[in-house]
Amino acid sequence: MTHKLTGDQVLQVDTLARVEGEGAMRVVVRDGEVTDVELRIYEPPRFFEAFLRGRAWTEPPDITARICGICPVAYQMSSCLAIETACGVTVPEEIRLMRRLLYCGEWLESHALHIFFLHAPDFLGYPSAIEMARDHREIVERGLRLKKAGNALMTLVGGRAVHPVNVRVGGFYRLPTRTELTALRPALQRGLDEAMQTVELVAGFDFPDMQQPYEYLSLRSAHGYPLESGSVVTTSGIAFPVAEFEQHVTEEHVSRSNALHAGLHGSPYVVGPLARYALCSDQLSPVAREAARTAGLGPECRNPFRSIVVRAVELVHAFDEALRIIDGWQGAPAPAVPVPASAGEGHGATEAPRGLLYHRYRIDDDGKILEAQIIPPTSQNQAGIEADLRSFVQPRLHLSHDELTRQCEQAIRNYDPCISCATHFLDLRVVRS
Amino acid sequence: MTETTTLPRLAVWKFASCDGCQLTLLNCEDELLALTGEIEIAYFPEATRAVVEGPYDVSLVEGSVSTPEDAERIRRVREVSRRLVTIGACATSGGIQALRNFADVAEFRSVVYAHPAYVATLDRSTPISAHVTVDFELRGCPVDKGQLLEVLAAHLQHRRPRVPSYSVCVECKRRGTVCVAVAHGTPCLGPVTQAGCGAICPAYARGCYGCFGPQDTPNTGSLADRLRVLGLPQVDVLRVFRTFNAGAEPFRRESARHEEVAP
Repeated sequence: MTHKLTGDQVLQVDTLARVEGEGAMRVVVRDGEVTDVELRIYEPPRFFEAFLRGRAWTEPPDITARICGICPVAYQMSSCLAIETACGVTVPEEIRLMRRLLYCGEWLESHALHIFFLHAPDFLGYPSAIEMARDHREIVERGLRLKKAGNALMTLVGGRAVHPVNVRVGGFYRLPTRTELTALRPALQRGLDEAMQTVELVAGFDFPDMQQPYEYLSLRSAHGYPLESGSVVTTSGIAFPVAEFEQHVTEEHVSRSNALHAGLHGSPYVVGPLARYALCSDQLSPVAREAARTAGLGPECRNPFRSIVVRAVELVHAFDEALRIIDGWQGAPAPAVPVPASAGEGHGATEAPRGLLYHRYRIDDDGKILEAQIIPPTSQNQAGIEADLRSFVQPRLHLSHDELTRQCEQAIRNYDPCISCATHFLDLRVVRS
Repeated sequence: MTETTTLPRLAVWKFASCDGCQLTLLNCEDELLALTGEIEIAYFPEATRAVVEGPYDVSLVEGSVSTPEDAERIRRVREVSRRLVTIGACATSGGIQALRNFADVAEFRSVVYAHPAYVATLDRSTPISAHVTVDFELRGCPVDKGQLLEVLAAHLQHRRPRVPSYSVCVECKRRGTVCVAVAHGTPCLGPVTQAGCGAICPAYARGCYGCFGPQDTPNTGSLADRLRVLGLPQVDVLRVFRTFNAGAEPFRRESARHEEVAP
């Protein structure tokens, strides 16, 4: 199909490929003007927040991991933080570090998957990494090695790569030994070198011109580049503790989507690598900072197509950070601290590979969950993705239908959207009304 | 797009799920490129834009049926698939989202969404086998990478997959893990759960939580009594059988038994 969108037409992509989950895109053009853009999420609702009610306070790490097979650790970390906060427990430093190490594994696995398998084929002109491997086998093999290094870290610390079993409220069931951790060093060291080559590779891609005007939002932490802890900051200078998240971010349920759209004081905002980089690049490790400088990133990056470069810089950081934690590991007195149930409400937020993931739980004295609220990154980015598409499509209406479709899909993939994650929210304000 | 080959054609389909089981295919880092020399990945939206028209030699189906559209779609998938293999707890037992089967979905929906009318959903989340004939079911939340490769290899070699249906206990013994239930009194679903994961949880000092679903001949009643002796309250016994495989019949029946007596 080569015809162009001129009169009253609709550009429709019914199944978005190379994204996690089921989504579709619809762009409406009237008299040569883009009048409406929708990212429609038709992933079936799974009602997590509803069936979490009545479960025990110890269960959310195992249960909410099942929201997303790509970023289960993010769900485990945010839920643990929220429940520990509700029960008035702060985990010791060693446990925080081991969580950060596990989280590095998830970033590595998820970012390598996105860079090499979901996004790079767009830039190099292939339908998938499998076809890409015919011409660029060494690139795809490097991606596989990087992903494997992340999965090895997840498997050691978490027990397995998808839905780790070793995370519990209060810490872990078993801590890896120094010997086990040190055994991972060679793969991680090689990964660090190959991640730096990856920054160089992706920085050389051709990027469409585009500048985002939106506010960026991420955690910022005293413990370094944000992963497992922190409070919220934005590029307009707003700062608030995680406990105030829902006072600043509101969600709306629109007919086309089984996900809720989030807004910061009613306006679109963006979470994820671009936001973290803009707000915390000073906390990147020296090698990651140097890689960013060589890639020409500057203090912030507002072209969403270049998010692949920032993701590669975060790969460098995650490898470096994992090595740092392993080299400094002194062991811990116990794999977990007790978290006795006590009635209360707790909030937890951590940085999933694709952006901030917020959890809130209210529990009773027996530890029974009374209320659960989860706001994943993709619902926060949905308004931004749609706004991007609106400004992206207008000057490209002269493109063929196929080419425009391909480029729009690429624009959506800039966000590494996880649609499985985005499909289960609960608007508790409605419950109360 | 992809040129036509004579390789067997693989399709990967998604229903209500977390994507973790199909990710397991991409997690076969050492085998993936070799695999694509033996199988043509003809339909796999999570990995590729290219679509090769059916019919397909083997379809991997992830996820449960939970909407009216999906109940229709799975029939079309069956029609274009020579062999249909379901992968993971969602596809084989309805998944964690089958917890709705024990509740009022209308209430769930009104609690979760501001405008419940926008959301089409069925009252129950059901396994694929409740809708169409399934040639093989691979268990796990998520499936095991080695078992997934075994299923594909078996297909290529025209034989039955070697996937055991005995309990996790066998894997603990083989691995040399000291029994966490006997030695430490840790509640463990290992005796009633199908092997396949490699008995990871007991090796990490926790009890099995049943993510591979019921084994061949599970004596859930006897295990439940034992869990009570180990100090698990009735309501927790109900909960341990009602997680990722809550809809699998032996687990469903056992959890229901404790519903009657739980406070």
